[in-house]
Amino acid sequence: MRLHFISARMVVAPLLLGVAVLALWQLAVVALEIKPFVLPGPVAIADQFFGNIDNVWTASAVTGWNALVGLVLGAVAGVLLATLAAVWAVLDELSVPIVAALAVIPIVALAPVLYTMYGAGAETARQIIAAIAVFIPVYLNSLRGFRQVRPVHRELMHVYAASGVQTARNVTLPSALPFIFTGLRIASSLAVISALIAEYFGGPVGGLGKSITSAASSSNYSLAWAYVLGSILVGLVFYLVTLGLEKLVSRHRPTP
Amino acid sequence: MTRKDSLPVTDAHAVNVTGVSRIFSIKKKAAVTALESVDLTVAPGEFVSLIGPSGCGKSTLLRLIADLDQPSAGTIEVFGKTARKARIDQDYGIAFQQAGLLPWRTVRANIELPLELHKVGTAERRSRSTELLELVGLVDFGDNYPDQLSGGMQQRVAIARALAESPNLLLMDEPFGALDEMTRERMQNELIRICADTRAAVVFVTHSIPEAVFLSDRVVVMSPRPGRIRSVLPIRLGGPDDRSEHIREDTAFFDGVSAVRESLHGTPDSGNARGVDIR
Repeated sequence: MRLHFISARMVVAPLLLGVAVLALWQLAVVALEIKPFVLPGPVAIADQFFGNIDNVWTASAVTGWNALVGLVLGAVAGVLLATLAAVWAVLDELSVPIVAALAVIPIVALAPVLYTMYGAGAETARQIIAAIAVFIPVYLNSLRGFRQVRPVHRELMHVYAASGVQTARNVTLPSALPFIFTGLRIASSLAVISALIAEYFGGPVGGLGKSITSAASSSNYSLAWAYVLGSILVGLVFYLVTLGLEKLVSRHRPTP
Repeated sequence: MTRKDSLPVTDAHAVNVTGVSRIFSIKKKAAVTALESVDLTVAPGEFVSLIGPSGCGKSTLLRLIADLDQPSAGTIEVFGKTARKARIDQDYGIAFQQAGLLPWRTVRANIELPLELHKVGTAERRSRSTELLELVGLVDFGDNYPDQLSGGMQQRVAIARALAESPNLLLMDEPFGALDEMTRERMQNELIRICADTRAAVVFVTHSIPEAVFLSDRVVVMSPRPGRIRSVLPIRLGGPDDRSEHIREDTAFFDGVSAVRESLHGTPDSGNARGVDIR
């Protein structure tokens, strides 16, 4: 990572813009007397956010945990199946229509079905939804990564009479890693979004999605927005962590 | 320098190619004959260059010796063994036109790669890579990554890696092909020094006439479609001590260059009349 190339201007400019937008927003809400159910002002949202920080934190922990479990499950399944598909081309050909079908299913639409399968009191359904959403980008990117081995590297391993395991560990996996992590980065936001939206369709209370709907239905719009702010922060944390990991494993490679 | 002291069979040729053909069959198209009845022997410690226009099968021949490809007919022996056995026994080191370094490994770890794959201990690996870094003049770059090195330096790392297991045979497929002329000449001087140190036999593929003449004991001139050996020219530029920079301006060098060029383009008296394919 070449952090020292990020100049002060690159940090200050978007910050200034953000502050300006927030100020304009607050000004508009006050001057035009916009009703809170249309759009509450940033001051009111911040007030609710910090006033209910414990609740926002608890809700974020519930949704974040579901997303994390889904992310890990989906990523492990995606990488494993991509490995198998890279080894046996038949499996790859067989999986193409299935993966295409999975990709077009609105996965959260499965939520009501899964809630009846696993019981409305369990978080399992949400974690499974996140896992399915994660699986697709991780699988597709990993499979592509496993095909990135340069012929010269493959021939080199052949010349060294390296075993299958040695080739996988020294060449195939390192060549694929940046692609796997690109898949994970895309998947991380999907995990949070799917886990959160799945809450709209039932299941136990406590997560960010449920909190947004219940705050909105009791006309506490600023509080609903405070939970939205919490959701954004959870999504951002997931994204930044996976982005950091991606940068870390891509240090010494030409960008693909 | 550590090196394998005993050859498997003491009087065996380093490389013995007998009646080798390689025919590539492309789907629904006519088969392409890349090599046709090629015979070639390389003595231990001998430097032999394969030269010829693109498509003459010189790289194919090298790949066959390296067991990266199998001949359609004929036999290939490396130190008296089959090419496959020689590869599994690691009797040769190889360098390609692309350095082919693993970008996620440091320079030192790249050089140690073959040793690591063949279960050589950490301490021994370390001392061998230090030795090789000295040999190719990259002592200060052991902890750098390949993308921090110039093309010439990367190629030197690749040569060090090829030498890691002290092979008695080096196979080189246009290793300096992608380098600029100055770097190229410096690399050639270094290669001569390295070969004198290690006394390894070398099969060197190139399409540069001066390079072939400067480096080789013998130059094998090949012709395309089908790939055949047109002539084998002995070059006598003296030992490694005599073959320094000034030899490039010596008459013996120019004579060698002319001889190879004439052989490549067909000899003046017989060639022109029959319309030899000149490239």
